[in-house]
Amino acid sequence: MTTEVGSASEVKKESDQLGADATKEKPKEVAENQQNQTTDPEEEKGSQSSPPTESQSSPRRQKKEKDPSESRGISRFIPPWLKKQKSYNLVVAKDGGDKKEPTEPVVEEQVLDKEESLPEEERQAKGDAEETAQRKQQEIKLDVKEEKPLQPVEEGRKEREGEKVKETQEAEVMDEAAKRETKEVQTNELKAEKASLKAPKKSRTAQCKVTLLDGTQYCCDLEKRAKGQVLFDKVCEHLNLLEKDYFGLVFQENPEQKNWLDPAKEIKRQLRNLPWLFSFNVKFYPPDPSQLTEDITRYFLCLQLRQDIASGRLPCSFVTHALLGSYTLQAELGDYDPEEHASHDLSDFQFAPTQTKELEEKVAELHKTHRGLSPAQADSQFLENAKRLSMYGVDLHHAKDSEGVDIKLGVCANGLLIYKDRLRINRFAWPKILKISYKRSNFYIKVRPAELEQFESTIGFKLPNHRAAKRLWKVCVEHHTFYRLVSPEQPPKAKFLTLGSKFRYSGRTQAQTRQASSLIDRPAPHFDRTSSKRVSRSLDGAPIDAVDQSLMKEFPGPAGEVSAQGPGVVSTAVVQDGDGRSDLRSPARAPHMPLIEGKKNSLRVEGDNIYVRHSNLMLEDLDKAQEEILKHQASISELKRNFMESTPEPRPNEWEKRRITPLSLQTQGKRAPESEGPCAGATDAVKSSLETLNVVEEKKQAEVGKDERVIPEEMNGKELSPGRGPGEMRKVEPGLQKDSTSLSSESSGGSESEEDVGEYRPHQRVPEGSIREEQEEDAEEAAEAPGQAPKVADRERAVPAASPGPRAGAGGGPAEAGAQEKVVAPQLPAGRSADPGAAEQDAGEEAEAEPQKLNGEAAHVDTDVLPEIICCSEPPVVKTEMVTISDASQRTEISTKEVPIVQTETKTITYESPQIDGGARGDSGTLLTAQTITSESVSTTTTTHITKTVKGGISETRIEKRIVITGDGDIDHDQALAQAIREAREQHPDMSVTRVVVHKETELEEGDE
Amino acid sequence: MGTPGEGLGRCSHALIRGVPESLASGEGAAAGLPALDLAKAQREHGVLGGKLRQRLGLQLVELPPEESLPLGPLLGDTAVIQGDTALITRPWSPARRPEVDGVRKALQDLGLRIVEMGDENATLDGTDVLFTGREFFVGLSKWTNHRGAEIVADTFRDFAVSTVPVTSSSHLRGLCGMGGPRTVVAGSSEAAQKAVRAMAVLTDHPYASLTLPDDAAADCLFLRPGQPGLPPFLLHRGGGDLPNSQEALQKLSDVTLVPVSCSELEKAGAGLSSLCLVLSTRPHN
Repeated sequence: MTTEVGSASEVKKESDQLGADATKEKPKEVAENQQNQTTDPEEEKGSQSSPPTESQSSPRRQKKEKDPSESRGISRFIPPWLKKQKSYNLVVAKDGGDKKEPTEPVVEEQVLDKEESLPEEERQAKGDAEETAQRKQQEIKLDVKEEKPLQPVEEGRKEREGEKVKETQEAEVMDEAAKRETKEVQTNELKAEKASLKAPKKSRTAQCKVTLLDGTQYCCDLEKRAKGQVLFDKVCEHLNLLEKDYFGLVFQENPEQKNWLDPAKEIKRQLRNLPWLFSFNVKFYPPDPSQLTEDITRYFLCLQLRQDIASGRLPCSFVTHALLGSYTLQAELGDYDPEEHASHDLSDFQFAPTQTKELEEKVAELHKTHRGLSPAQADSQFLENAKRLSMYGVDLHHAKDSEGVDIKLGVCANGLLIYKDRLRINRFAWPKILKISYKRSNFYIKVRPAELEQFESTIGFKLPNHRAAKRLWKVCVEHHTFYRLVSPEQPPKAKFLTLGSKFRYSGRTQAQTRQASSLIDRPAPHFDRTSSKRVSRSLDGAPIDAVDQSLMKEFPGPAGEVSAQGPGVVSTAVVQDGDGRSDLRSPARAPHMPLIEGKKNSLRVEGDNIYVRHSNLMLEDLDKAQEEILKHQASISELKRNFMESTPEPRPNEWEKRRITPLSLQTQGKRAPESEGPCAGATDAVKSSLETLNVVEEKKQAEVGKDERVIPEEMNGKELSPGRGPGEMRKVEPGLQKDSTSLSSESSGGSESEEDVGEYRPHQRVPEGSIREEQEEDAEEAAEAPGQAPKVADRERAVPAASPGPRAGAGGGPAEAGAQEKVVAPQLPAGRSADPGAAEQDAGEEAEAEPQKLNGEAAHVDTDVLPEIICCSEPPVVKTEMVTISDASQRTEISTKEVPIVQTETKTITYESPQIDGGARGDSGTLLTAQTITSESVSTTTTTHITKTVKGGISETRIEKRIVITGDGDIDHDQALAQAIREAREQHPDMSVTRVVVHKETELEEGDE
Repeated sequence: MGTPGEGLGRCSHALIRGVPESLASGEGAAAGLPALDLAKAQREHGVLGGKLRQRLGLQLVELPPEESLPLGPLLGDTAVIQGDTALITRPWSPARRPEVDGVRKALQDLGLRIVEMGDENATLDGTDVLFTGREFFVGLSKWTNHRGAEIVADTFRDFAVSTVPVTSSSHLRGLCGMGGPRTVVAGSSEAAQKAVRAMAVLTDHPYASLTLPDDAAADCLFLRPGQPGLPPFLLHRGGGDLPNSQEALQKLSDVTLVPVSCSELEKAGAGLSSLCLVLSTRPHN
């Protein structure tokens, strides 16, 4: 299967270079190999131990040779579309004349395969021999498909082009195609091109493909360790886009789950083993597009909205479909021309998810009335109408309410909307929300008490899985920050940062971006509007028109190569629904290919069930408070609010202002009344920054369905009190407070890292919840210093942090990975200055998110570093039993060795200072800022947590730094500890060590390897 | 696209249906309502038609009364109109469902796009729907269920459609209405206030609210016949019917108040929102 192969090769590349990575990825590799080899244990081991390039290729070769023959026989079973797609892709690559082009198809394949592979892996985990066999068959099929179509098409192409490259490719392709598929081809090409350079280059760079909004693809090579920002900047540069803060890059784990690439984090860690395939999308829909500075920005927004409309994500009435469609025509075709119009078949456009002749006629009729509008004006009109749609800019997430009823949570500029079916049944404006948190697959919002009420209420929702909960949480955090705050968190003082702010929302807020764009001083960039014809088509799976390659060239952008694909097609495929979209793009292609999809789906369901089981287990450690929370329903009846005050935002924000603006003005597209300009926006934001919003990321590890290692990690809630009544904040349910950290604004990053980690360490063991909690308590107490910040967040984590890169070195990579099970992790938190609020960073898996605390508040406090003291207490030794379950939704590697039940011995030694003073906690002041910064070196993970508190009139800042040293049994704890402490002291003489925790995990019993 | 807030009340036509004799004899009595003075009811209805035509300048389309449909005059329950689209409802009372036929025909003739409910499980009385110009609120009352509300959402996709629990035995429109593009008027009963609070939570848009002593007074119609820019009207229950609410209504300064009376028809459950349907045949101009 292409996917596996592809990823495997990447992994290997990486392994060559980075020992650390290798360690973590090995499991993955193994998994892949397994698949390729049809589950040969021997193979796995071999691959594990010897990552080198040679070993990689050899197995493959073998496979290649035999596959072809087999595959032929099976080929008849292969759906034609599959074949076609493959061939098409190859062709495209050649056309491009770029050697790298071929990669594109590969990636796509990977995507498909990936999906496919997930389920398979799961199966493997279960140890079902049959399935394995099945899978194998599938692989073969895929191979065949590719091969067949390939030849004819290529020949045709050949005639056209005489490039040598092509020839080479072809030859290679012929040889290898059957076997490795596209991926293989790519590899070969690379080899040919840079024979000598290959080794280094291979390992250092990865090719990224980004599907742009017009459907074209942008490709570039990136350092493997590059952060998301690098890619994003490249793409924006390519697009000549300056107002880029509204946009983002999306990668998809599966069709339903899109993840925003965090600019502040390494791409690789976010993707894990997903292909480097992205799509460029609007992330924050500007409430008032007329306030955008440049037409080009509006143009991209239009493209996004056209996709949204065509896909049905943005529902419209018939009339609106027609009106928006007519503006699209005006922008793309210019004035209605009866003669020319005849030549345009409007059915080539997609104005609506389901398009009727009547609609097309209406579009044409309205098009006539737009005579004289320039493309930019037509775009503006399009946006003026689109922005009023009720679902404009609403990001929907499926969930269930406390009674198990299916609902959707919509995140938008104004807050959180609750839908049942299409009906809005509740709404929580940002100012009303005090805290957002998630815990396992539950997502909670704590709502400000209504007028006459004393207490906040917390409302819980059940998301399909932990990841979904986290994703929702992140989206909420980002939206709140973007739309409501003046600026994201202030970065902590540089001297305390080891690496920088990895875990925060790194983008600009709307206020900032408006301000920045007001400074844009360049002549309006020239850009060409791509016909949206094909874009739309991709949705129905109807054939797409021939690719218009010229489009590609028109893009001014500098870097990267653009592949000429059917515009729009790709984007749809990638971004929207996962069903087999990618194939839609080839001209010749036939219908859909739900084959893989279907399969996947069924598997996924299975996974879900498993998940449920798993989560039930975890539920045991839910605090009572939490449980009660679940009972709260998001029902209107519970909300008590006065109508007048109901207007959540007393001062209308831009969005509302716009709405208030008389229609006539709006319609004219004049900005006059509405454009208060950036300043106004900023003002709003400033005011709004007083809102209290705590965003909490909770992590109780249970969640990870898959692999299960539940890392015991808990966060204690930190309450931030925003500018408003200080007293308000304090009312926190104890339960919640305990395991959650509240952030007023935050960074999306944290979660990813978790995920990353998770991916890399499929085999960790985690102690059970109860134990975990105990530990936590201890930690908490110990950590708490009297008089310190009222609220402390403490997170304990028993699992060694597994950060992919650094980690390897420390952990004795191969061993760890290979053994998978044996993770001994000494953790040495050192240098806690400031209070417990610190969270521990772990590399953990998805379940664990790094504790992040960011404060969105604008308030600033003097920063002082308060030293803390250390003490030691006796460490508990705990034996825990972990249940490992594989979750379908999870990633590949896990599959390799799923161990259903693993016994683990966990030893946690905690040394902490005796002065435990719980008293401080409740009263004290207000926590203004809490931030966590994480950096990783080879073997240590350092978390710096900065907490600003205001007590009475005095503000103080505590900086807590947690250093986690992770390693396997070989590590000399004492030495490592001593070293860490020494270093910490050198770095921050003012700080003192407050606690030392040694956590040892020993595997008692190994599952099946 | 649907007209945004300022499109609220834009209208060129009004549709009413005559009062049949059966209203006084049949339905009213059967429902246990106090006996109704038919002549007075018909007179009120006639005056209403006259005001719509002469005072507001609307084209009046009057459907003839049908004896088999005693509640036929309450045609506000039979359709939900926004822009060029009319959703023909499925009234909760099976006996009233035939009422929709005549209304459908008339609306069709006026050029509206007709949408049918088509779901046996859905019930919807048109007067449970409040359109604010920016969004819809659908009261979940004893006449309207969730499915009915969902169909409203399906029909008017441009707009947010929120559900509002109605705790009293009245329709949503019997508790609140629009006094202007950004002004919600509501009665002072607990049910009315509760509904308004719920709406306040659900909306993305800031509305002012005006509380009137009488719930029935909140059942008013904000209408903007004619050209944009002309002052809008508020058709409301007059001092003869609801003297206590008149003063509060004066606070709506941007509208021309047009009082009418329907105290007799009210005995059959009628309100201004149920006695007439207004629409614009050129919603997009």
